[in-house]
Amino acid sequence: MLELLHRPWPWYVTGPLLGLVAAALLVIGNKPFGVSSNFRHLCAAVFPRNVAFFKYDWTQSGLWNLVFAGGIVVGGFIGGVLLANPEPVAITARAHADLAGLGLHDFTGLVPHQLFHWGALLTLKGVLLILGGGFLIGFGTAYAGGCTSGHGITGLADLQLPSLIATVAFFAAGALASHFLLPLLISG
Amino acid sequence: MTTAAPSTPAAAARERLLPAYLAAGVLFGIVLTKGELTSWFRIQEALRFDGLYLYEVFASALVVAMPLFRLLERRRVRSLTGELIAVPPKALGRGRRYVFGGAIFGLAWGVAGACPGPLFALLGAGVGVIAVMILGAMAGTWVYGYLRPTLPH
Repeated sequence: MLELLHRPWPWYVTGPLLGLVAAALLVIGNKPFGVSSNFRHLCAAVFPRNVAFFKYDWTQSGLWNLVFAGGIVVGGFIGGVLLANPEPVAITARAHADLAGLGLHDFTGLVPHQLFHWGALLTLKGVLLILGGGFLIGFGTAYAGGCTSGHGITGLADLQLPSLIATVAFFAAGALASHFLLPLLISG
Repeated sequence: MTTAAPSTPAAAARERLLPAYLAAGVLFGIVLTKGELTSWFRIQEALRFDGLYLYEVFASALVVAMPLFRLLERRRVRSLTGELIAVPPKALGRGRRYVFGGAIFGLAWGVAGACPGPLFALLGAGVGVIAVMILGAMAGTWVYGYLRPTLPH
């Protein structure tokens, strides 16, 4: 039984539960499921300065979402620490060979230790990946008005054209980056 | 412990529901980690077209969410706050923000292998350096807000 709890979930459990979370937020308080708005709420709370984009009452429109994000952190602890899968993620043999071919040798954990560790911040590549990557995630999702949750699930489930455009854009750019930028970051 | 009473009935309703949002977030965080959507390896597998897992997750999430959203809206169901449930529409405009913003986010997603939801889950899963990435995302959001009047939308 305990072993069962540590096992990863198949797609047909994971996907439907994501859909249920999105529907639950509508039922609770008519809130659209989305996570990237939290970066905006955090900016509005911490450092709004005189920027119009951050001059709104975040306690009224954003508190629910910040609480939701706090829940994600707790859930990450439950699923990623208490119920952690002791095995490396079971990606396909093809993915394994592909990434090994790029020079990746450690497949344990949720993120490759080779790329994501505190010491990496002392290297240019590490700063580009971790700080630069975070910057573009924040900039891009704010610009697009949503991320994989808000556009990829909520917007698509509501058949909204803007969300389809954004989702195609981030999958296309993601594939390009994985094929052409990632090799530069891993090698050397 | 005494806390200041909320000033309006609407504010009181909002605060009463905060535990429900927290619970939904906890569930989402567990789904993200147990479903391996926090795994950099899973994201690379999908974006390098080496496996179907992420696509199966997305497709099945939509297969569940789409009819549920329709049902909630068509049946004019009210949320626990008494509002008629409606997913707010995103304005299409000239659509450029979705192309450019989506592409910029995608570029980072393709190497960093994490989107906003998983960033918060990874923090909880004990990957401390992700905190720097979240600070980076706040900085990126701030710069977007600052440049917003000058950017094509």
